[in-house]
Amino acid sequence: MPDKIEELLREPLVVINLGLKGFAASLEKQEVEVIQVDWIPPAGGDEEMIDLLDKLL
Amino acid sequence: MAAGFVIRKNQYYDSVFLMGVNKRLSQTKGVLQTAVLMASEKNKQLLADIGIQGDQIVTAKPNDLIVAVIGETSQVVDSVLQGIDQALLALEEKGPASHLQTLEDGLVEKPNANLAVLTIPGEYVFREASKALEAGLNLFIFSSNVPIEEERKLKELAADKNLLVMGPDCGTSILGGVGIGFANVVNRGLFGAIGPSGTGLQEFTSQIHNAGYGISHAIGTGSRDLSDEIGGITTIQALDTLEADPQTKVVSIIAKPPGGKTLERLLARLKICSKPIVGCFLGARMDSFEGGDALTWAPTIDDAVLAAIQHVGEKPTVARIELTKQERELAAKSRADWAPGQRFLRGLFAGGTFCYQSQQILGEAGIVVHSNTPLNPQTKLTNPDRSSEHTMIDMGDEFYTQGRPHPMIDGTMRRLRILSESRDPSVAVLLLDFILGYNASMDPVGDVLDAIMEAKQTMRQQTGELMIVASICGTKEDPQELDLQVKLLREAGVIVFQSNAKATLFCCELFKPA
Repeated sequence: MPDKIEELLREPLVVINLGLKGFAASLEKQEVEVIQVDWIPPAGGDEEMIDLLDKLL
Repeated sequence: MAAGFVIRKNQYYDSVFLMGVNKRLSQTKGVLQTAVLMASEKNKQLLADIGIQGDQIVTAKPNDLIVAVIGETSQVVDSVLQGIDQALLALEEKGPASHLQTLEDGLVEKPNANLAVLTIPGEYVFREASKALEAGLNLFIFSSNVPIEEERKLKELAADKNLLVMGPDCGTSILGGVGIGFANVVNRGLFGAIGPSGTGLQEFTSQIHNAGYGISHAIGTGSRDLSDEIGGITTIQALDTLEADPQTKVVSIIAKPPGGKTLERLLARLKICSKPIVGCFLGARMDSFEGGDALTWAPTIDDAVLAAIQHVGEKPTVARIELTKQERELAAKSRADWAPGQRFLRGLFAGGTFCYQSQQILGEAGIVVHSNTPLNPQTKLTNPDRSSEHTMIDMGDEFYTQGRPHPMIDGTMRRLRILSESRDPSVAVLLLDFILGYNASMDPVGDVLDAIMEAKQTMRQQTGELMIVASICGTKEDPQELDLQVKLLREAGVIVFQSNAKATLFCCELFKPA
């Protein structure tokens, strides 16, 4: 059974919002616990560097 | 003519924000063209295409902001570029302040999180989404342009972990009464919904609310979930979940027709579903497909609402979709007012599902319709900007939204198209949709109202009356004030319906073959 999904529907939402602030704002208006992340591309968006970082982690 | 650009190193902004800045700069007197974008390789190419090049651009990184301006004079260009920092500040997004920049930062702050919402560029989605799944988070991915093989991998990983991936390209979900993305404010209740399309779910959930009922959960799946490449992974998971959910009494699926193999898989699953199911696969007649006793097919979203309500054994308060006597009389009277040359219908939609549903309803009434997103590939417009006879345009299609905001948040492109249609004397009627709810424009009617007035005036001067028919998708609880939006339209002489299907049915009455 998809218990983690059932939990998502049953329990209050706790949201990490990556990107558009408006989406976080509309969740806050609905009294949802939300944290805004002003996401930026990793390693300045340098693809080779991102691959390297992923391999190191 | 003069051109220039500035680069702001390590100043990253999301594309929706930058589109807003671009729009503001482009409205400056003397400015011919502007580009405000992050220095990704794709964007650098777009700049080269308009003649903006330089060593600094070549070495710029995706986290660097480039603002380029082409103006009538070098003074105009210099003045705009000097004012860029103020413009960025003035338009700074409204929303919670944040000092966090990575998913990991977010997880430290909210170790109890159960959902990550992603609106980041598509090329980075797989990396961030995989990490979120590994951390045990469900996902709502609004981003598009995610390679389909990455979508499949994410959904398979999620299924292994009993997690849900709503998206990519997911516009709407309502979970436990909370609207995520583009969602209307609706009551909680007995009705569950699943769908790849944001506007399809918005229309269904709003109509359920407006009929006096409520939504348990509406689960967006992403636009490609029912393709054979994905195989309906999220749709089946959502079905399993809503079947097990004690609050949900009926499950409705609102979608375009699935791929052949996926349809077989879905039908097999529906046959063993213990709860009533309403299937609304727009654009295809599904009646001949056997999906078990629990399944009712509905040809339109309005029919799906009606069927769902009937399943819980209550007397529906929504009418079957047919026109009233007064509406038929109004159609007959309006037709009589047209000038001899006025013969065609033009639909200009913010919601892709509405464009699709309108084509289906008109097609079933024997009215041949052309479109940029046609039901029938033979009626595809060669140039989306040029209508042909009866035409339905999805203004949210990539052709209109590449580098520009979607018509649900910005009416600029639709205003221009309304005006251009009014200069065609063969046009008799415009069919429009307006979509309310969280994250949509705060005044969708106001965004195009002056264009509606001007279009009517233009048509009056050259031929006769331009009739405008519209539907509004929304509820009285939405932030935009439904009643005010309806009032604005009616005062402008627009005929307003509560659903796209009903508005289209009215157009069928206007254009039915003699």
